[in-house]
Amino acid sequence: MMLALLIFLGGLLMVVFYVINTYNALVGLRNQVKNAWSQIDVQLKRRHDLIPNLIETAKGYMKHERDTLEAIVNARSQAMSSQSIGDKAKAEGLLSDAVSKFFVAVENYPDLKANQNFLALQEELTSTENKIAFARQAYNDQALFFNNKIEMFPSNIVAGILNFTKQEFFEIQEAERAAPKVQF
Amino acid sequence: MIMWELIKENQRKSWFLFMAMGGCLLALGYTIGVAWVPHQDGGILGMMMAALLWFVLSLISYFSGDSILLSMSGAKEVNRHVHPQLFNVVEEMKIAANLPVMPRIYIIDSPAPNAFATGRNPEKSAIAVTAGLLSMLNRDELQGVIAHEMSHVINRDVLYMTFAGVLLGSIVILSESFWRSQYYSASSRRYRSSSRDNSQAQAVMMVVAIVFAILAPILARLFYFSLSRRREYLADASAVRLTRYPEGLASALEKISRPDIQLANANRVTASMYIINPLKASSRNMVNAFSTHPPVEERIKILRSMMKGANYKQYAEAFSKVKGNASLMPSSALADSESVPLRPSTASAEDPRSSKQKARDLGDLMRVLNNYLFISCACGLVIKIPMDFNRKVLTCPRCQREHDPRSARPAPARVSPG
Repeated sequence: MMLALLIFLGGLLMVVFYVINTYNALVGLRNQVKNAWSQIDVQLKRRHDLIPNLIETAKGYMKHERDTLEAIVNARSQAMSSQSIGDKAKAEGLLSDAVSKFFVAVENYPDLKANQNFLALQEELTSTENKIAFARQAYNDQALFFNNKIEMFPSNIVAGILNFTKQEFFEIQEAERAAPKVQF
Repeated sequence: MIMWELIKENQRKSWFLFMAMGGCLLALGYTIGVAWVPHQDGGILGMMMAALLWFVLSLISYFSGDSILLSMSGAKEVNRHVHPQLFNVVEEMKIAANLPVMPRIYIIDSPAPNAFATGRNPEKSAIAVTAGLLSMLNRDELQGVIAHEMSHVINRDVLYMTFAGVLLGSIVILSESFWRSQYYSASSRRYRSSSRDNSQAQAVMMVVAIVFAILAPILARLFYFSLSRRREYLADASAVRLTRYPEGLASALEKISRPDIQLANANRVTASMYIINPLKASSRNMVNAFSTHPPVEERIKILRSMMKGANYKQYAEAFSKVKGNASLMPSSALADSESVPLRPSTASAEDPRSSKQKARDLGDLMRVLNNYLFISCACGLVIKIPMDFNRKVLTCPRCQREHDPRSARPAPARVSPG
């Protein structure tokens, strides 16, 4: 009787230790995901800040590209108002597209391309696009690692009881990218 | 996770070469000790002296090796405003490599295109590039070079190569000082040796020590250089994984291997720190056991044959296709199933300035860093005045107008685009 009680208590103690351990590991991982997300967020904000300057500089030169410029402004405000990670990813993807279309259009304006102010802005924006892409990769790696931990046995039991939910990936879906419209 | 496997595997492989070099040092210390000290513990004493020498030199290079290397190469630290593109590219790679802090950035005022990384751990790392490199490469190529240097930092290559370099240095110092002392003591020993009982054994030991003093530095160099070459390939592989754009590094290597300018202030021990062998430009493409870097052509060929993706497995496949063997990577890297798609180039962000104009702007930049002053003459010439200029009147060399040196400004109008 005594022995059975001891074994039972020992087992209970092990389970408690396991739960504490797993909980701490999950919290650590979730913080890493959050940290990776803030890395992306910094760069997205930076891009939102750069765009008004870019439009201001380009406006005088690109009188015939009203649509291109408006598309950027609209995509920016859409991206700034979106809340969930999934919506944000979609909106920011559209903004990336609009910006890259803009840089293609710039090729026809040699005066703008020679503007020192514009060159500095272009370098900053290109770099920010790159940083977003690299930070996105890092975030998705972290999110995948965290999600795997939540789904795999036996840590999924602890995660289920303590209410850990899966993190959304920051994905720009290729299929949703609109093909460039050609107007005659 | 694969990165850690790779680093561990690297450490295991390097450990063997490391031990071999250490063995060389101790054996050299032992034989010299026996040859010099007529006591029976002479060998042990020699070994202890050799180990002590290595220990002291290691301590020095661990704690101040990076600042010694940087000041030896004449590098100047720069911030975001001096060269925004360089700063941005380093920051991009910092994000891709998930480094905790931003490395310090240095520019070396030299026309020879080259770059190196230093710092004993990722928190204390620094990356230095030459002005020649900056004026010659476009954005994608610069990114490839920075990624290669960043890979040396995250793969802990800097630390290993520093300790291995110190080991090699100790061996060279020991054998050199042994040789020197032979010249001075050869005459005096002739008189003393007749009075000794064990002169026979001493003479034999002397011959052994001489042979070893010749062999040890050669052996140690072989080990050191094979260590260095392996790490260059791995840094290329990691660089591609970070940038996802092998063509950038490939075309950068192609460009910087062409010019025949030798980098001043580089020597055989610091050579392995650079992206490309800074010494003999003519022998860069030769395969030989005494070179710090693998032949450039082979590195380019491997990078160019990566068509499908940018993970380690794809680099290893390209490596074995070009080299005929696949012993570069541990098996865990070969099972790398993570898809790392290649990305297109960012050619639209190209700087419209010509390479010559870029070089001129960079020259101005370096003069700003070296505290030069500038006067824009009405004829269009920008006159550069060194800090120690102390005449009352300055005549323009083109149009003979006279200027007051006190009106000089600390920055020319052309530099600083925003």
